[in-house]
Amino acid sequence: MLTHLRPAIALTVFFTLLTGLAYPLVLTGAAQALFPSAANGSLIEREGTILGSGLVAQSFAGDAWLHPRPSASGWNAAGTGASNLGPTSAALIATVAKRRAAWEAANGAPAPIDAVTASGSGLDPHISPENAMAQAGRIAAVRGVDAGSVRELIAAAVEGRLFGLYGEPRVNVFLTNIALDEAFPMPPAGGEGQAAE
Amino acid sequence: MTLMSYLLYLAALVGLAWLLAVWMARVYGGALPSALLRAEAALLRLSGAVPARGMAWGAYALAVLAFNATCFVVLYLLLRAQGALPLNPDAIGGLAPDLAFNTAVSFVTNTNWQAYSGEAQLSYLSQMAGLTVQNFVSAGTGMAVAVAVIRGFVAARGTTLGNFWVDLTRSVLWILLPLSVVLALFLAWQGVPQTLQGAVVATGVEGQEQVIARGPAAAQIAIKQLGTNGGGFFGVNSAHPYENPTIASNMAQSLSILLIPVAFCFLFGRMAGDRRQGWAILAAMAVMFVAGLAVVHVCEVAGNPALGAGANMEGKEQRFGAMLSALWAASTTAASNGSVNAMHDSFMPLSGFVMLVFMQIGEVIFGGVGAGLYGMLLYVALAVFLAGLMVGRTPEYLGRKIEGREVTLAVLAFLSMPLGILVGGAVAATVPQALAAVQEPGPHGMSEILYAYASATGNNGSAFGGYGAALPWHTTALGIIMLLGRYAIIIPMLAIAGSMIRKPQAPVTSGTFPTHGPLFVTLLVLTVVILGALTFFPVLALGPVAEETARLAGQSF
Repeated sequence: MLTHLRPAIALTVFFTLLTGLAYPLVLTGAAQALFPSAANGSLIEREGTILGSGLVAQSFAGDAWLHPRPSASGWNAAGTGASNLGPTSAALIATVAKRRAAWEAANGAPAPIDAVTASGSGLDPHISPENAMAQAGRIAAVRGVDAGSVRELIAAAVEGRLFGLYGEPRVNVFLTNIALDEAFPMPPAGGEGQAAE
Repeated sequence: MTLMSYLLYLAALVGLAWLLAVWMARVYGGALPSALLRAEAALLRLSGAVPARGMAWGAYALAVLAFNATCFVVLYLLLRAQGALPLNPDAIGGLAPDLAFNTAVSFVTNTNWQAYSGEAQLSYLSQMAGLTVQNFVSAGTGMAVAVAVIRGFVAARGTTLGNFWVDLTRSVLWILLPLSVVLALFLAWQGVPQTLQGAVVATGVEGQEQVIARGPAAAQIAIKQLGTNGGGFFGVNSAHPYENPTIASNMAQSLSILLIPVAFCFLFGRMAGDRRQGWAILAAMAVMFVAGLAVVHVCEVAGNPALGAGANMEGKEQRFGAMLSALWAASTTAASNGSVNAMHDSFMPLSGFVMLVFMQIGEVIFGGVGAGLYGMLLYVALAVFLAGLMVGRTPEYLGRKIEGREVTLAVLAFLSMPLGILVGGAVAATVPQALAAVQEPGPHGMSEILYAYASATGNNGSAFGGYGAALPWHTTALGIIMLLGRYAIIIPMLAIAGSMIRKPQAPVTSGTFPTHGPLFVTLLVLTVVILGALTFFPVLALGPVAEETARLAGQSF
């Protein structure tokens, strides 16, 4: 055992320096140089304020915006979490039924499954195109524009499958909401929507 | 179209793994450019290792234990002291003793069970100099052991299995590190953060404040997938948009999870000098993998009528949907990679059944890097032995006799599975302090217990996340069981290899049972399935099977 101890300690130190410091630090340098925005979290700024990350969901409650999927952790991006409730959980079934009723009351359409189930991360930035389209009427009414033009904007925001094979079609809620503010500014009471000029 | 997506994925996987195996054979055979060999030799000399000295199995095992023990001590101290150390922009304190023990064991054994939540409880220094390092060297340990075990089966008659320090160093420097650099850069391009700055405070569109944790994630995530580790930088692991932002990042990681384990099958064939042997093992693994994947896919796509029409999207991300979540769940539970891109606790009962079986049979369907192959060789020894019993001949594998000593050791190693899962799980289901961790009443609660103990014993690391595994009972018990699941396989497998290499290699005759054809593949699959089923079916009936039956009867809990 003792004959093995010296190489064990020496290699632990060496690999800590190499893979624990040199590797991540060199990669930090490389990523910061090559992909500065992505390496810092794909942050989106408007008028000097950081609004959030284009990859991370944030809460939207107002009628003027697309609403993200439910989050079991309240869109907390510093302490993520899921419901982790099982498929036969009475609590889950009841929660989903409640969400469905609320969603359908707000949008006047049958709720797609992604609108009533919480994502795994609690930060899912996307919703399904059906989910987004069904919210267009509500958004158009608040912004005083016709629903068709809101649907057009949403349709342009739909991202497709990779190579047409992998993943699901989706709409990024946060980025599309910013685009909505630019295209259809809210009346001054709404406050935030003047960036388009 | 679904079928084509899967076929394309599998073809890419097998192609890349085949290429990697060509390189790996050169690396472990020492056929490297002379500059690399000189650097390696200098490092080993400086470390006090004697590269030219071969190690018998006992010395090899001692070297593994000495190295892993040193790693454990260093990581434990780092996790305890992180609050007072640099690279801690979010001012996170040290871990409690039981949690630090659990986490250190978890990463040293390549399990990567997470009883902590990364963004809330670990400093950047712990993530980098602690966990990332163990992601490399625990994977390197598994790869080194696998190469030593392969040598025991295929190398010319002798007494030594190679030198652990050489095998470890080569695994890390010439295989894991270059692959990780490439993958990390790809992930950073896709949007995985790689920064030393702390969390950012955003003011949302509606004026609400959002604190967004980030950090040097890309570097760690690359090796966590390639090394079948799986411990996430963030608590929700690869479901987090910062760990796995795009479909491209998901596919690159999905390929990386199985890349080295599949390559080990090809490496085995190459080292054996008979590539058909590698293909046979790969075929046995692939048959079981595809069968399990099909079940998970069908269940998740069909969804849960109790929640409404559509796929089972609770705990899943919209960008991945049911299919890529199913692929990930099947690959990671097969490959002993603890990462998740969807929450396994919320999967349908029969999907949970498949995931449990994949872990309970000992992570041998591809399995952990290296660990999957030496685990499968354990079943090979048993399968060949059974075949020998059936025809009344002394069983042979690759020209060497499998005798009482090898079979005894293989059975001993196998017994660590039921010991960890059934005994550990039974205790956890009876002791009140342990039972408090169960989130769900009814059979799903049983599945949660089973999953935790299967994951720890199989050194997988994923969890039914609702299970309160941070209770001191479980941090301690699961920590001990992770050690059992790792070393109670490694030591007997090295002993088997040490015993095999001393035997003469008999030439192939017409009476030799061929171990590369469909008959052998079938026998191997049946051995795995029957041993696994006999051992675990009763308890599976109480968990996922009971839950599925109840669900079909419209019952909820």
